[in-house]
Amino acid sequence: MSGPASGRRRKQRPVLKVQDLAVTYDIQQGGLLRRHTRPLNAVDGISFELARGETLGVVGESGCGKSTLARALLGLVQPRRGRVLWLGEDLVGLDEKTLRKKRKELQIIFQDPLASLNPRMTVHDIIAEPLWTFYPKIARVQVEERVRGMMKMVGLLPNQINRYPHEFSGGQCQRIGIARALVLNPRLIICDEPVSALDVSIQAQIINLLKDLQRKLALSLIFIAHDLAVVKHISDRVMVMYLGRAMEVSSAPNLYRRPLHPYTSALVKAVPIPDPAARRRTATSGLRGDMPSPLDPPAGCVFHPRCPYAVKRCEIEVPPLRRLPQGDWVACHLAEELDLTIVKSG
Amino acid sequence: MKSSELTGNEREAVAGEIDPFEAALRLGDVKGRSPWEDAWHRLLKNRAAVTAAIIMGVMILVVVIGPWVISWDMDYTDWDHTNSPPSLANGHWFGTDAVGRDILVRTLEGGRISLLVGFVATIVSLLIGVSYGAIAGYYGGVTDRVMMRLVDIIYALPFMFFVILLMVVFGRNIVLIFVAIGAVNWLDMARIVRGQTLSLKRMEFVEAARACGVENRDIIRRHIVPNLLGVVMVYVTLTIPQVILVESFLSFLGLGVQEPMSSWGALVSDGAQDMESAPWTLVFPAVFLTVTLYCFNYIGDGLRDALDPKDRL
Amino acid sequence: MSVLLEVNGLDVRFETPEGEVHAVRGLNFSLQPGETLAIVGESGSGKSQAMLAILGLLAENGAATGQARFKGEDLMAMTPQELNRHRGRDIAMIFQDPMTSLNPYLSIERQMIEVAMHHQGLGRREARTHAIEMLRAVRIPDPETRIRQYPHEFSGGMRQRIMIAIGLLCEPDVLIADEPTTALDVTVQSQLAALVDEVVARSNMAAILITHDLGVVAGMSDRVLVMYAGEVVEYGTVEQIYAQPLHPYTRGLIDSVPRLDREDHEALHAIPGNPPNMLALPPGCSFRERCAHAFEACAEAPELSEPGEGRLKRCHLEKAP
Repeated sequence: MSGPASGRRRKQRPVLKVQDLAVTYDIQQGGLLRRHTRPLNAVDGISFELARGETLGVVGESGCGKSTLARALLGLVQPRRGRVLWLGEDLVGLDEKTLRKKRKELQIIFQDPLASLNPRMTVHDIIAEPLWTFYPKIARVQVEERVRGMMKMVGLLPNQINRYPHEFSGGQCQRIGIARALVLNPRLIICDEPVSALDVSIQAQIINLLKDLQRKLALSLIFIAHDLAVVKHISDRVMVMYLGRAMEVSSAPNLYRRPLHPYTSALVKAVPIPDPAARRRTATSGLRGDMPSPLDPPAGCVFHPRCPYAVKRCEIEVPPLRRLPQGDWVACHLAEELDLTIVKSG
Repeated sequence: MKSSELTGNEREAVAGEIDPFEAALRLGDVKGRSPWEDAWHRLLKNRAAVTAAIIMGVMILVVVIGPWVISWDMDYTDWDHTNSPPSLANGHWFGTDAVGRDILVRTLEGGRISLLVGFVATIVSLLIGVSYGAIAGYYGGVTDRVMMRLVDIIYALPFMFFVILLMVVFGRNIVLIFVAIGAVNWLDMARIVRGQTLSLKRMEFVEAARACGVENRDIIRRHIVPNLLGVVMVYVTLTIPQVILVESFLSFLGLGVQEPMSSWGALVSDGAQDMESAPWTLVFPAVFLTVTLYCFNYIGDGLRDALDPKDRL
Repeated sequence: MSVLLEVNGLDVRFETPEGEVHAVRGLNFSLQPGETLAIVGESGSGKSQAMLAILGLLAENGAATGQARFKGEDLMAMTPQELNRHRGRDIAMIFQDPMTSLNPYLSIERQMIEVAMHHQGLGRREARTHAIEMLRAVRIPDPETRIRQYPHEFSGGMRQRIMIAIGLLCEPDVLIADEPTTALDVTVQSQLAALVDEVVARSNMAAILITHDLGVVAGMSDRVLVMYAGEVVEYGTVEQIYAQPLHPYTRGLIDSVPRLDREDHEALHAIPGNPPNMLALPPGCSFRERCAHAFEACAEAPELSEPGEGRLKRCHLEKAP
């Protein structure tokens, strides 16, 4: 089975191919006596393809498994099943040493800009660390030159090279994190909520920087966020996740113009619109209640208890992720019948 | 152009002006201020800690140099002045004990032993405890469980029983005191370090290092240990007086250093026996011991405040 | 028109090892009953510290001067005991992180009942009934059972609902919400925003919403106060602010919100640079170095001017950016 492939770059061979990826955590439950573990399916059967220079957005609420997906792709957690094909080679099950070598090509940017930087290291040391690791014999002068180059590239003043993370603002710290991720010339960068801890004014800077770098360096990006508006601005295609499963994979413009899945439509409606005229339009996101516990996911379609359109069939039958004629993918029984159009063309 | 104007690093060059980016670079590298330096500056502002550190420095200096300068030997018996009260006239400033030995020189010599025990045992426990705790905490799982159970087992041994056992087997020996105290103290250190490591390894910067392919050895060395040191340093300054006290306690029980060598604990023990007839034999070593313990406690408090500031903007 | 809360010349300073930080500089604003005021600015703009100062909750190294008249009484001149009586009962504050403002070792019931008994002099049973009512008002399902649970048994959004319920417990005249939804998912954010909006409207309470995201407050505030580097840079009704921002910073804040409803797939409009270093504020207009419209006059700090009825701006520009 092959997952949703990219639309307009289909002819190209994908750099990353994920097939039926599943990650399960064992959760300890119960008190001192009666202790038992229960499986938590954080990621459950995710498949997709990613082309060179393409950006895949991943959206979903916290607890939907998007961060676990990121870590599984990098081999930071072990998947229970599935394959992660990087340039045709399966990364799952590789031993630590071989995987470490692959890390040169796959990098990650984290959510909390300050927490992802070691407070006791200078900017130089933070950005240089991947170089030390992969090129232990490289001369110090060369490392420093490269670090300064990276700093300039991400919009930091290279003369700040000896400063420490706490001397920078949140946005600048995130730039340091980006420089560290780019220093080895990777081909894929996974951004795990890179802007959700930043002020809105700074968010835009970082998004623009990432877009810019991606174009310059022909990077493939996986951009994870809970805010659809942010994701839309940077992604070619967007995967909507809910309780560890993909609900929809659509091209970014289609996603917000005509969502295929009721959950996507709820996410779109939840985005606040900076316009007083739109007052209280945001209030009706249509989502009822909270996300159920991933330890105890609902039967059938995992979204049915919160879905305003749910029918009997949704409670019993798990909808597969399937391709619609126009090329987008959706996991909903009613996709053809529902018209969730939000923005009329124009 | 002032440096404060250059922080907006994305700003486009204003027409006719040089690029602020370039201008900033001409200023040369900006010196960073490490968290250590910050802590150091905060520590210097803590008057109690600075005073304590100065007193401690003087104390160490006096204890190290004193015995060479003073004309008395610590085991020399001045039969003309036994049980002499402190006097400038006969040269025994702190007086003498029942067999005519100079209290001043004995206090200083005793201080050497006490401080030596304090520092050496602490350093030993530091080295073992930090590496042991960091490894157990970082690798986790079975490694952690086995290593920490071992700590629990050693911890469960009664300390006095352990010391007496060592004495019986090897005879009384100053080295044994180091071994005995070190062997117990690293356990606490290992536990503290392990706990800290457990929380540190979940930090994103450790995950970032793993994602970059950094080896475990380097992660522990570069990311875990430096971030532990703050807590460890505070603990060390509180361990040194604790060790000195334990040694004093052992000496007081007669299990410590051997005559003619002495330590503050042994001197206090001797002095306590002649407390009524010759109080100076108790007072002087006791004052030295107490001042030292106070100093370490103030330094430890100061370090804790400096390394873990609560009200930072 | 009566004024509920009037803040005059509020200054907040912090002593830090690196020097003095003048976090809030001469803040003035007033709040009418039933009005919702949004205070908007980046982190470090002093918006939260101003609120904490009014409630006497500044950190130890902070000091505040100025006046904050609540129904004519100056909160800043009160003793901590007097202030304590007003906090919670007349003015309630909700913080960004619901986990740290709830005591993890006490059940929700204990935490709510104590507040109600302390401030309203209710008996235990009445207090409990009242607490359950409040939980129902913030749409916690099955409040009779859930009130016995502990904070960790609730999701982030639910915890924030509980915080709102606690804030509303004593029917305060003013509710101050400091970034109440920032740490939460967008879906939960919109639910909570609607909830705050609803309870404020229903009880005719005045509210102050603190946020860095102009997108969030558009639909739920009457007036907007924009702060930069500890100062007010713009003030007006929400319609005025969005339709015609007069300060380039406000314009930047509006433009940097990523929008779903527009087809601008190209670069977002970001405000360049970083929030200013409050330890070393540049001379002149504090926004100058990030401002695309800066000109010679900006070397001198602009005064707050009144370009129209009920409108304030701190900018030398004649025209709207």
